[in-house]
Amino acid sequence: MTDLTNLGVKAIRDGVAGGDFTAREVAESFNAAVASAAELNAFIVTTPDHALAAADAVDAKRAKGEDLGAMGGVPIGMKDLFASHGVQTTAASHILEGFKPEYESTVSQNLWNAGAGMLGKLNLDQFAMGSSNETSYFGNVASPWRKEGSNAAMSPGGSSGGSSSAVAARIAPAATGTDTGGSIRQPAAFTGICGIKPTYGRCSRWGVVAFASSLDQAGPMARSVEDCAIMLGAMAGFDPKDATSLKMDVPDWEAALNADLKGKKVGIPKEYRMDGTDEAILASWEQGKAWLKDAGAEIVDVSLPHTKYALPAYYIIAPAEASSNLARYDGVRYGLRDLPEGAGLQDMYAATRAEGFGDEVKRRILIGTYVLSAGFYDAYYNQAQKVRALVARDFEQAWGECDLILAPTTPTASFPLGSLNEDPLTMYLNDVFAVPASLAGLPAMSVPAGLNPDGLPLGLQLVGKPFDEQTVLDAGLAIQQRSGFEQAPEKWW
Amino acid sequence: MSVDKQTVAKIASLARIKMGDEELERMVPELNGILNWVEQLGEVDVEGVEPMSAVIPNTLRLRDDVVDADPKTGGGKRDEVLANAPAAEHGFFGVPKVIE
Amino acid sequence: MSDYRIQGATGEWEVVIGLEVHAQVTSNAKLFSGASTAFGAEPNSQVSLVDAAMPGMLPVPNRECIRQAVRTGMAIEAEINQWSRFDRKNYFYADLPQGYQISQLYHPLVGEGQLLIEADEKTGIPEDKIIGIERIHVEQDAGKLMHDQHPTMSYVDLNRSGVALMEIVSRPDMRSPAEAGAYVRKLRSILRYVGSCDGNMEEGSMRADVNVSVRKPGEELGTRTETKNVNSVRFVMQVIEYEANRQVDVLESGGTVDQETRLFDVATGTTRTMRSKEDAHDYRYFPDPDLLPLVLEDDFLDECRASLPELPDAKRTRYESELGLTPYNARELTAEVETFARFETLLTATAEATGKDEKTVATQVANWALSVAPGVIKSLGDDANVEHATAERQAAILAMQDKGEISGGQAKEIFEIVLKEGREPAEIAETEGLKQVSDTGAIEAAIDDILAKNEDKVEQYKGGKDKLFGFFVGQTMKAMKGKANPAVVNQILKDKLG
Ligand SMILES: [Mg+2]
Ligand SMILES: [Zn+2]
Repeated sequence: MTDLTNLGVKAIRDGVAGGDFTAREVAESFNAAVASAAELNAFIVTTPDHALAAADAVDAKRAKGEDLGAMGGVPIGMKDLFASHGVQTTAASHILEGFKPEYESTVSQNLWNAGAGMLGKLNLDQFAMGSSNETSYFGNVASPWRKEGSNAAMSPGGSSGGSSSAVAARIAPAATGTDTGGSIRQPAAFTGICGIKPTYGRCSRWGVVAFASSLDQAGPMARSVEDCAIMLGAMAGFDPKDATSLKMDVPDWEAALNADLKGKKVGIPKEYRMDGTDEAILASWEQGKAWLKDAGAEIVDVSLPHTKYALPAYYIIAPAEASSNLARYDGVRYGLRDLPEGAGLQDMYAATRAEGFGDEVKRRILIGTYVLSAGFYDAYYNQAQKVRALVARDFEQAWGECDLILAPTTPTASFPLGSLNEDPLTMYLNDVFAVPASLAGLPAMSVPAGLNPDGLPLGLQLVGKPFDEQTVLDAGLAIQQRSGFEQAPEKWW
Repeated sequence: MSVDKQTVAKIASLARIKMGDEELERMVPELNGILNWVEQLGEVDVEGVEPMSAVIPNTLRLRDDVVDADPKTGGGKRDEVLANAPAAEHGFFGVPKVIE
Repeated sequence: MSDYRIQGATGEWEVVIGLEVHAQVTSNAKLFSGASTAFGAEPNSQVSLVDAAMPGMLPVPNRECIRQAVRTGMAIEAEINQWSRFDRKNYFYADLPQGYQISQLYHPLVGEGQLLIEADEKTGIPEDKIIGIERIHVEQDAGKLMHDQHPTMSYVDLNRSGVALMEIVSRPDMRSPAEAGAYVRKLRSILRYVGSCDGNMEEGSMRADVNVSVRKPGEELGTRTETKNVNSVRFVMQVIEYEANRQVDVLESGGTVDQETRLFDVATGTTRTMRSKEDAHDYRYFPDPDLLPLVLEDDFLDECRASLPELPDAKRTRYESELGLTPYNARELTAEVETFARFETLLTATAEATGKDEKTVATQVANWALSVAPGVIKSLGDDANVEHATAERQAAILAMQDKGEISGGQAKEIFEIVLKEGREPAEIAETEGLKQVSDTGAIEAAIDDILAKNEDKVEQYKGGKDKLFGFFVGQTMKAMKGKANPAVVNQILKDKLG
């Protein structure tokens, strides 16, 4: 039998349905792979029993001839930002260590309902704040990729770095991610996998630990565009418990996948040609244009004039929302409590939060608190929301000229862990290409484009109109077919 | 605009994060680096621009006034609500004594 | 203009008062969760995961809460903002699980409105006065802290956490405790008419934050203090009285008033600085990113407007102009929902029972409802079962009285028996002999007898001593054992005495 861990979502689902192997065999294979990959530190907790139980349920259904679901028999990794009923959910923070929710997030529940099982809770940057997976309380995640000729541990990207690392290392066929300012796309690009952030509101935020509510979106991370389409279909859907959830039918993206881009116009935003962008990245962008043209698309130049301001606007809005969203971690109802001798209530808050939050989280809470504080609201937060409106308007205007935008996902390939820790700003620049689509709530995907001269993966980003995930996926498929990217990292763990 | 140690201390207190001297001092240049950088937003002409209020054009959906319509957002969950509490006593959350 | 003044050592001081009234919106479920709002449940038994601010929980607003706030806004003739939104007010406290309260600062649901308080000599309000209302916004209530159950801990109960409140913010237009008292009473009355709040101040359904400052008449506004969560009209007035005098003392002894949050101590009738709110001035309000803008459609507003009842001011005016009631009666009858509701039911029943129109019997019914009936009920004390006093029975009594079948005294006696025993008025009148004699023959016979026995007095009367008429009436009534119809007695006496 082939090694089941080399299979993706579609292959597993179809194989289980067709009786090529059982769901239990799949779960056992991945459980073993997970257990043998501790060096990646991709998981905070593993839940082999959950994966087996879900697999057995699918096998039982098959025996009875029942429908197995869109993800029937597929074990996945769950980013530890999604609440899992009865399973420790931490957002990779100390303050939530030991927290076992009495509820299941809507997105994860949707996946279980579709027949998926859970391999474990995936590591991430603490509270999803970070782009390298170095801010987790539970230690850094390593990318399975290494630079040619080097043993240095590389960043899997962040914040969904546990997800990207696990999927790239083939210890999970797919994983959930969340994207606030690039947290699905950037790690996908760094590890040579696909990841799509859908239109804001497609996936319910209910039960997902909040970072920045107006930006947070869940999405799938997998090794192929088809797998992303399948999994996104299972994750998405209207949820009355989330007031920002889109009340729209979920299209059958998988069924409608079509790599023929005839009649589609692809916009190339000139402002994304920034100083400091890696040569290899620019070359892959050119290659991407050629592939899409080959798929029948027309390439047009477009302008997104406020691109430069997207990142600073993001670094006001996201911390502002986070400073408020994270106020609930106070040691009263759940999670860590640090009660120094003789401390009053407010001292308890301050001690608990000092102990429970990592440096980057503290930094963003302080920034967020500052920009919202008396006298600064207009200059910072309100100004940023106006700039955000302009960034969104840029896209709306671009849609007059194109159906889709192609850009690099990141300005560089992955970097060694620990190499960008000096200055938070350098780290923030990782998301310079990803953030504009986040601010505008648009569907955006990263697909692998190839390897750079160091043998590290590069990603291409596709940004679509609101609700038009289909065109994004179609273009992704067109690139995938042409790049033929199938490289896997060499196993060292 | 740049912040000094005293301002950082004030913000940290407002955010209820206890910080020692050393940590405050470390934060000052880091925060100033970020603040100076985001201040480039001041260059943008936002004349007549409304701050974004909904990412995707959409307005607020309202729910019906029905108790416990969805068990996930309904009440009557004392045990679940208290299950993770560091100090749950007699059906309450316990906190250090507060003087109002 | 109110002439309420504090007499200080340096002269007279004027008091400036603004009130922020928090009124619990009448709804089954909380503002952003499906947990019940019922009062008095076991601690933390009406708490959802949302109310406890579990990670990843999200608010979804309750339509009924929005609707009631809009109707309230319409009742105070306010602008309704068809575009509003919720903001977060950030601060840390044990009764606030999210670490922020979802409220409305920048774009409240209801804008500028007003409320009329009526002249009342008794309490020192010389003339009608309009009090401006700046806004009404909708927000979450906080939980409750219990301090006396453990030596070193406070206990948190989140049952109230997330219950919908309307915060009704007045302009600083009030100038005396009496005006503030009248404002709260009037506001309470309107809320109860509209049905948007039960107005139950003991259960905390209505609480006022009392903003007080003092100044020398004609000068600029002074620094104000805000005394939180005052839960009765009497306490509101006490707070103002105490705070105004305290501030005058502070200012006259060379000090300055701190802008601060204070707490009212019911036991001593004094206020003091609220320690827990000392540094909570920077609330970092910003739009709640979990909630989109609230846009109200025209038909939603139309339904809100169409469902509004006749309101106290309109009703009072109508009672005077259409029913011919005195201003006093009109005001008393319209002050409370229960009072006017009982009155209107009784009025309809009485009109039907007498076959007359409402206007004709309105004054009789008003007097009965405001003084006669309450007097009887009060005199019976615990013996009265008011449930026996149905509108039909009371109307039957009033109709008998209207027809002259019973006297006013008999009406009260019959009502007493109704209250005690729940029997029907007609049967009581019959069985207990509580009926007036209108039979002219019997009355005439009695009068003839009296006139014959008092010839001297008849002479005196005819000689001009008109006052003796009452004597003859009295004697006749006595002879008739009080059961003669006074109108018939009067008429026959007049005829006979010429
Ligand atoms: Mg107030
Ligand atoms: Zn309030």
